[in-house]
Amino acid sequence: MKAYVSIFKLRMANGMQYRIAALAGVATQLFFGLIFIMILVAFYRHSGTEMPITLPQLAAYIWLQQACLSLIMLWFRDNELFQLITTGNIAYELCRPTNIYGFWFSKLLAMRLSSAILRCFPVLFVAFLLPEPYRMSLPPSPVHLILFIVALILGLFILVAISMLIYVSTFITMSPTGSLLIFALMGEFLAGLTIPIPLFPVWLQNIIYALPFHWTADFPFRVYSGHISAHDAWMSLPQQLAWIIVLVGLGMLAMRAALRRVVVQGG
Amino acid sequence: MITVNGINKSFKVAKRTAGVGSAFKALFRREYTDVAALSDISFSIGQGEIVGYIGPNGAGKSTTIKVMSGILVPDSGTCSIMGYTPWLERVKYVKHIGVVFGQRSQLWWDVPVIDSFELLRDIYDVRENEYRSNLSLLTETLDLSGLLGTPVRQLSLGQRMRCELAASLLHSPSILFLDEPTIGLDAVSKLAVRDFIKVINKEKGVTVILTTHDMNDIEALAQRILLIGKGRLLYDGGVEELRGRYATDNASIEEVIVQMYKEYQIS
Repeated sequence: MKAYVSIFKLRMANGMQYRIAALAGVATQLFFGLIFIMILVAFYRHSGTEMPITLPQLAAYIWLQQACLSLIMLWFRDNELFQLITTGNIAYELCRPTNIYGFWFSKLLAMRLSSAILRCFPVLFVAFLLPEPYRMSLPPSPVHLILFIVALILGLFILVAISMLIYVSTFITMSPTGSLLIFALMGEFLAGLTIPIPLFPVWLQNIIYALPFHWTADFPFRVYSGHISAHDAWMSLPQQLAWIIVLVGLGMLAMRAALRRVVVQGG
Repeated sequence: MITVNGINKSFKVAKRTAGVGSAFKALFRREYTDVAALSDISFSIGQGEIVGYIGPNGAGKSTTIKVMSGILVPDSGTCSIMGYTPWLERVKYVKHIGVVFGQRSQLWWDVPVIDSFELLRDIYDVRENEYRSNLSLLTETLDLSGLLGTPVRQLSLGQRMRCELAASLLHSPSILFLDEPTIGLDAVSKLAVRDFIKVINKEKGVTVILTTHDMNDIEALAQRILLIGKGRLLYDGGVEELRGRYATDNASIEEVIVQMYKEYQIS
């Protein structure tokens, strides 16, 4: 266990060094947040029917997306791991007395958390100061806030478990580009990062709810804004846990199969 | 201590002739050839030995090292090292071995050497006093005191190799696998590395298996050599007997080896 904690700490310390990158990230996220909300505001203004989610709830949804970007985006990746596989440096990882799945999982968690810690607070701070309808709102109750944090953390585990499948696939394809593109594009769409899930047609929503992706972003954000009630959120947490177990189990099996026939590249 | 029996390992290699035409053909039908990297390799090594493992490029030296260190799974054959089968009980087994791949790095590129060492301490779960005594012994014999605080990317190759050696010995392994530890090093660093290998072999009783193309390494270190060519084990015995066998007057060890390669038609 110590090994996993230690790699987590080192990766955190390493990730927190990149201040300028974080600053650039904050500016980008503010820009995108504003643009997305502008589009949605225009969309709401000209729509006659009643919308399935209110505009303030939607603003919170978008700002949380932007603030938590590195916790929810599948394209946010650790190139070092891809290089380990494609250059053969994985040889060194394999002669350590650790479970590679757990080891990489801790690394990826730390990478995402360190990046999120640097970026989320400035984005949220500015978002709380903006004028209506762009302003970020507070959750309806402290209970929603706590449930949101729990759901976000469980969601992060789901996301990292999904991303582990991308890394494992690189053992076979030798290039991360393909799986990264497919996973990132599909994953983002199905997690509500392109269009918020409540705005989807009902038949598509039903498909999405059967898949793991929306648990990583859409679900925690709607818990925060109160679009999902505290009771429903509480009842849904076991489903998140179940997805973690399924995806981690799948990833471990895939990793074991990949390692059994691993070829260490480059002599 | 180490018994290897009848190990076979082959790799699938995709083949095609040059040019766009055949690249296009390979889109639909890919041709593979099986390359036998190891065929029927057997030997045993006792505790405290230093064994030189030699052979031309592509002979299968690194593959053997990787099989013995639990990284690759052979197609058939058995291997028992300290009672473990490396690829079956990888996590338990690798605690007892240290590995250095001369062409790769196990140190974290962007952080000072000492951070990598501490990570390794946690990965191998080395007790604090054991770690300290090992570190001070290694710092002294490898002359690392000025290097520990330097980021790895700013070390010269010789300096880095000394740190790599230290890194692989922090957990007091009983067996040390060295895959071309002197590659690319200048005369001074080479001598330092050789002396160091002798010291840890004598003082700590570490069994050392090293591959190299530098016959002076062999002459300085090994009492016994294994010669491998085209995946087959061709010679297993003392350095002196070998010299006796090809006793042309005062031939250097280099010339003896070349003669031997010629005789076995593996050069």
